[in-house]
Amino acid sequence: MKILDRYADTSSWSYHIDEDYYAELGRVSALFDEDWPEPGPAALYEATTLLTREARLIDDGRFNHWLELFSDDCLYWVPVAPGGGDPGTEVSHAFDDRRRLTDRVYWLRTGLAYSQIPASRTRRVIGNVDVLEFAADSRLVRSNFVVHEFRAGVTKVYAGWYAHTLVKAGQDWRIKVKRVNLLDSEQYHENLTLVL
Amino acid sequence: MPRQKSAAGGARKAAAKSRWSDRVLEDKVHRTLYTDPAIFAQELVKVFGGQSWVYLAHESQLPEPNSYLSLNMGLRPLLLTRDRDGELHGVFNRCAHRGATLCRDESGTAKSFQCPYHGWTFRNTGELVGVPWPGGYGQDFDRSKFGLRRVNRVASYRGFIFGTLNDDAVSLAEWLGPATGWLDYWIDRAPGGEVLVRSCAFRMGFRGNWKLAYDNAGDGYHPAFSHRSLLQMAARMGDAKDMSYFGKTPDDGPMKSYMLGHGHSVIDQRPAYGGPGSFWANQRPQPGREKFEELIRSQHPDDADTLLDLCVGSQINLSIFPNLLIIGNQVQVVEPLAVDRTQLTWHATTIGGVPAAVNTMRMRTQEDFPAFGEPDDQANFEEVQRGLAVAEDEWILMNRGLGTGWQEITEDGAVRTAVTDELHMRHYYQEWMRLMEGEPV
Repeated sequence: MKILDRYADTSSWSYHIDEDYYAELGRVSALFDEDWPEPGPAALYEATTLLTREARLIDDGRFNHWLELFSDDCLYWVPVAPGGGDPGTEVSHAFDDRRRLTDRVYWLRTGLAYSQIPASRTRRVIGNVDVLEFAADSRLVRSNFVVHEFRAGVTKVYAGWYAHTLVKAGQDWRIKVKRVNLLDSEQYHENLTLVL
Repeated sequence: MPRQKSAAGGARKAAAKSRWSDRVLEDKVHRTLYTDPAIFAQELVKVFGGQSWVYLAHESQLPEPNSYLSLNMGLRPLLLTRDRDGELHGVFNRCAHRGATLCRDESGTAKSFQCPYHGWTFRNTGELVGVPWPGGYGQDFDRSKFGLRRVNRVASYRGFIFGTLNDDAVSLAEWLGPATGWLDYWIDRAPGGEVLVRSCAFRMGFRGNWKLAYDNAGDGYHPAFSHRSLLQMAARMGDAKDMSYFGKTPDDGPMKSYMLGHGHSVIDQRPAYGGPGSFWANQRPQPGREKFEELIRSQHPDDADTLLDLCVGSQINLSIFPNLLIIGNQVQVVEPLAVDRTQLTWHATTIGGVPAAVNTMRMRTQEDFPAFGEPDDQANFEEVQRGLAVAEDEWILMNRGLGTGWQEITEDGAVRTAVTDELHMRHYYQEWMRLMEGEPV
């Protein structure tokens, strides 16, 4: 996606989230519900490596490094509607472009977010990784997750599946969209301020 | 406060003789009202529908004939239905036979409900229409005596549906009183007054008593402290946004709160704002904000500021006792689950009569405070609940504003005061005592 020079710093500006962005999000999201051909070993290896690295950065609380995994036009998306729904007419637990995601990391690190005092300890297991080589510079990755969280004397478990859209940036892959599909996304949750 | 009859002062006489008057004092309330399961059990019967009105749902959640919603009135499972003519009915989701719930889905359309346990079938208005093998009942079995237990009265005010089990309760309009004018403002922000509650909901839970949420809803004292993380984040890119005005001269600033009788109250943040476009200008930036604003200003030059403001909250916090909180553009429902566990359901709204992109931007705005503001409040509610375990430290204070002379009576009988006055609590506890009168159930 071409981002205008004036708005190039997407941690401060959000000119690029427009009608076309939502339309593409919907088109790509639908592909995650389809059956995919078996992935090649290289693509599967690269995807698994990235997911493992991302998981470690979150679980170690290295959120600034986590942020660096995302592209400038990224989206961290935790829908409320099971299956994703329509973000044009429905709210999400998180619908973070780069600016809001930067805010989220900043917020977590203020030391003043009482919902994160004490901070969540998390550890996640990711499996059932599947990859679609969508285009030369783009891959879709779906995986299942179990996130264990301990905070303020309470241990909780979150389960669901991730839908990652990856884009090539030089030699590396960046996360363009991370959609977190919680099994019980529309149900009762206490303090959903952990990074999923 | 002047000695004059007002919506807020009317219940004062009841306080003197209430059997709760040793636990609800003028300036403080006893911890057991937040910790005692026996008191909670009474509240969930008396305060939540037994004596007076309680909010149930919004009409847009029941969009067509034979729509139904499964919800709770207090802890009672309830089906709110429309019949084939579109009329509203409240019937308990409890089979007249052996008590099983009839309907286990959250919403849908159905002309009738068949109990999954023994197959008794009821119309969506509650009448029993059939039982399997009726020959097993005697000749005098009268189906008309075994309908579903109905909510005595169901009524709505401009889409907001309330119910009560008390035939003698005052009319809904009388009970809402001056709150109707504030609801009107909130509804009529939408061109044509059409509000739709069909945009998903955050079902946020906390381990604390339900009244901690109600206490907070009318509290203009806490934002500068409880929301420090949000305020600091909002300053990340320079100028202060969002609720930073709560941190400046909170006692004598331009914002006011109003006691509306029957435990209802409202905080009016609008005096902290300027003219059209100022709600939008003060809102923390949402995804897509810059392109959207450019489009709205070029395509709707005459009413751009109005459309932009509609993407942002109403700047009133209206609390309708005991369980309806209008905050921003959201309809929040307080759903007690146990004495120390509560669900706060934040229903997102869209409106009619505006470009689709305005409603999309409303979604992005309505994600902001629930993500970065509300969780810190709820963490504090939970820590209050923990603190209240100190049995020897018996009282919760609500004395801020006493002896200040801040309060004055308005023309419609409301009491106006500073947003940092804890009158909101003193006020609703009078209604709480009125509803909790009588012997324990």
